Amino acid sequence: MKKNLQRLDLIFKNEHDTKTILKKTLARSNDEVINDLISSGLKGRGGAGFPTGLKWKLAAEAEAENKYVICNADEGEPGTFKDREILSSVPHKVLTGMAVCAHIIGAKQGFIYLRGEYSFLKSQLLEIIDDFHGILDECGVNFRVEIFMGSGAYICGEESALFESMEGKRGEPRNKPPFPTDCGYMNRPTVINNVETLAHTYSIMKYGPEKFKDLGVQDSRGSKVFSVSGDTPIPGIYELEFGMSLQKFVDDFGDGDSKAVQVGGASGFCVPRKRFEKTIIGYQGKLRGTSLPTGGSMMIFNSSRSMYNVLHNYLDFFVEESCGQCTPCRVGTQQLLLGIQAVKKGEQPSVYLDKLLDLAEAMRVTAKCGLGQSVANSFSSIVENFREEMIY
Amino acid sequence: MSDKINLKIDNIAVSINGGSTILEAARKINIRIPTLCYHEDLCVAGNCRVCVVEQAGSDRLLPACAMPVSEGMEIHTNSMKVRNARKQIVELLVSEHRADCTRCYKNGKCELQELASEYIVGENGFIDLVAHKGYTIDNFSPSIIKDDSKCIRCQRCVRTCDQLQSISALTVAHKGEHMKISSFFEKPMFEVVCTNCGQCVNRCPTGALTEKTYLDEVWSSLNSERKHVVVQTAPAVRIALGEALGMPAGEIVTGKMVSALRRLGFSSVLDTDFTADLTIIEEGNELLHRLKKVVKDKDDSVKLPMTTSCSPGWVKFIEHAFPEYLPNVSTAKSPQQMFGALAKTFYANKIGVEPENMVSVSIMPCTAKKYEADRPEMRSSGYKDVDYVLTTRELALMIKQAGIDFASLPDDEFDSIMGESSGAAVIFGATGGVMEAALRTAYEVVTGREVPFENLEITPVRGMESIREANIKIENVLPEWDFLEGVELKTCVAHGLSNAKKIMEAVRDGKAEYHFIEIMACPGGCLGGGGQPIPTSPAIRKKRSEAIYAEDRHKPIRKSHENPEVMHLYEEFLKEPLGHVSHKLLHTHYTERNRY
Repeated sequence: MKKNLQRLDLIFKNEHDTKTILKKTLARSNDEVINDLISSGLKGRGGAGFPTGLKWKLAAEAEAENKYVICNADEGEPGTFKDREILSSVPHKVLTGMAVCAHIIGAKQGFIYLRGEYSFLKSQLLEIIDDFHGILDECGVNFRVEIFMGSGAYICGEESALFESMEGKRGEPRNKPPFPTDCGYMNRPTVINNVETLAHTYSIMKYGPEKFKDLGVQDSRGSKVFSVSGDTPIPGIYELEFGMSLQKFVDDFGDGDSKAVQVGGASGFCVPRKRFEKTIIGYQGKLRGTSLPTGGSMMIFNSSRSMYNVLHNYLDFFVEESCGQCTPCRVGTQQLLLGIQAVKKGEQPSVYLDKLLDLAEAMRVTAKCGLGQSVANSFSSIVENFREEMIY
Repeated sequence: MSDKINLKIDNIAVSINGGSTILEAARKINIRIPTLCYHEDLCVAGNCRVCVVEQAGSDRLLPACAMPVSEGMEIHTNSMKVRNARKQIVELLVSEHRADCTRCYKNGKCELQELASEYIVGENGFIDLVAHKGYTIDNFSPSIIKDDSKCIRCQRCVRTCDQLQSISALTVAHKGEHMKISSFFEKPMFEVVCTNCGQCVNRCPTGALTEKTYLDEVWSSLNSERKHVVVQTAPAVRIALGEALGMPAGEIVTGKMVSALRRLGFSSVLDTDFTADLTIIEEGNELLHRLKKVVKDKDDSVKLPMTTSCSPGWVKFIEHAFPEYLPNVSTAKSPQQMFGALAKTFYANKIGVEPENMVSVSIMPCTAKKYEADRPEMRSSGYKDVDYVLTTRELALMIKQAGIDFASLPDDEFDSIMGESSGAAVIFGATGGVMEAALRTAYEVVTGREVPFENLEITPVRGMESIREANIKIENVLPEWDFLEGVELKTCVAHGLSNAKKIMEAVRDGKAEYHFIEIMACPGGCLGGGGQPIPTSPAIRKKRSEAIYAEDRHKPIRKSHENPEVMHLYEEFLKEPLGHVSHKLLHTHYTERNRY
């Protein structure tokens, strides 16, 4: 695999052809559009990586009078800020993706679940939605989009907690199955996609699946928008091809002294310098070495950083942001935090870290939702790679 | 979803209806999977995670209570991975639970304690989280004590309060480490809409929710030379007490209970069933009086439908939720409070005891009765009519403390007077029982004939269906009741406050017309009360119900108005139903309460 992976400008290219794209796509059969999405290899850009075409297909096949399309704009993962930019600069792409999805699955109502902290985007978005409704009317699409404001809880970015929140209940994840495509918002079939995912569907509708598939590698196709932060001279938002090694990433974005990269935010993995070369940014699949999925957060740490403090910070976050519903997440996160504090202070022996690693593994396999399951990612990767920093 | 699904659990093949869970499938083949947040009466939460099991080929473990079975599944409930995960979860729960077990009211009856002992949670557990949190105990309610330091956040209480009772006095507040079970604005339980029904207490796996106990007070009264301690026992106690003392559900232990109470030192062992019969006379006559006012006199000031008033959880519920319907609630006091008022007047006089030297104790299947006895209206004798209310569970504790071998006790009889009762009184303990008892009497008063049901068993009002309706045509009435000729008496029975709410909304919205509604706050009626032995389940309540109706069938007297002691009470003391003395001692009024 010799491929020169590059920076791109697909998502943020401001193309004013919403109506054309919409008309062109609506003229095709539902199966054709879904097959394009499937063959493009597009996977969810929120981090979990569920194939988007399949999600639409399942929702289209579900039988119900009412269905919904929801754009998940509750961008809460620490170190992620790309959806905000997409919604600021190219919201019409997201709306177009939603409208086509609605047309295919048979939904008349859509929502943008907007992160509480992004309320400054609301009035601008409302105006754009209003214009967009006009375009929908011209194209004869019976679909309306509303904005639902989140209230700041991280857990509400989890899709089923998001539904609960929209239904006026506590934002707590549901048991799965049933999955959203059968039983989502208001217990109706629902497609819920990340902001970036929807924007990509626009590119696929416009340029065709082949163009999209040409980008990236193997199971990780297309481009991805990354939020680059930490010890970098050029923090910001970058669109890159999938499949890049971390070494190449650090060469491009690091400050020359990069000790570790946290891929995927607080719920992602910490990769130490010695593994940069073998780690590839992409969905888990048939890639060589280790592939790491990410919702887009790339935090770079240089040698001046204490990885104990980094982990402490993440655990503080989880202790606060767990919904508190399930035991492994509610109590486990508290124990991990108190545990590393106790080891640091010498109140517990260093082997207590092994008990905590076992706990993190138990949390990974028993927690009810992605939040509790993924605490182990950052915990284990930091403790295993920087054990001495935890103790001394 | 009724097609059979075939799967294997621990290499044992099982076939079960589609839509069933792994837990149900495992139970079918007698494989026990531990649970904490799961309860048969409640919707599945899947939040404690102790029931996790391993599916072949799957990395993550599955919650057995929430995961539906699928064809060809291979489940392992006892793999290394499962045991390890389960032990860690139990250790986590113990770390956030104040585990001072020997000082806990639920010691020996705590589901977490049981699991902790099964998984040998030893010294090498996690860091104690309780010390960090500064918990306080809410013990202001006369009925329920809430101790957050023992709460494991399984939310059984929250689901009970919402789903079964539609109250939501208990809800989840905050998130993450601060997540807790709380009430409106975190006010104490006695200030919020809590009806004191105690259904949460019945379902709490730990000692986080318990009844407020009055054992010390009762023991000290029994110990006092000066005090004459009378005790009354509610109908539903005698069919459930055995469960708390090692006997199977549905055992009728009336005689043993009376023996035990005598052995404990109660001076008079009397029966709430006696005043249940009395309630029927008063309440039945009130119903006929209301019917006369409405049907014959066209008096708008008198309200129908009339609802029962013997369930104090229901009374507090309607005071909070439907205060505009308070005039519809029967003014008759509950049997407990009728008993209390008579004990310190009529009975004290009869046996020559000064009322101030009398201590009136009641044994109830109920925690709300503790609250009811505390209501300021309940002092018509000039004293607190009922001094202490103990639950069935507390009585069982007293019997254990006294070293009484309950199972080997001989049967004994209640004291006379106020100890005699009819079968109609016994069935007060089951949902539909008050209705049936009232109809047995009212129908006969109006027509001079017995109710037209075989063996007096009014089956349409029996059973466990949440809401039941029965219409009874009144024909060939006695001359004085001619205005009721041909009237179809419309009745309705509901149990569980969520069903009560449905009925009241239907009445309010004009969607249902009834003359008489029986409502019991607890599922199954008093037999499923918040003071009854733990655990409770539909199967246990069914057995208790069968026992109650068996007790009725075997009673020589089946109708309240044929209870000779009650007849005697009217002749000698009350003179007539709804009369002057009755009004003073046996009837009450209600208070509108806030809605939050």
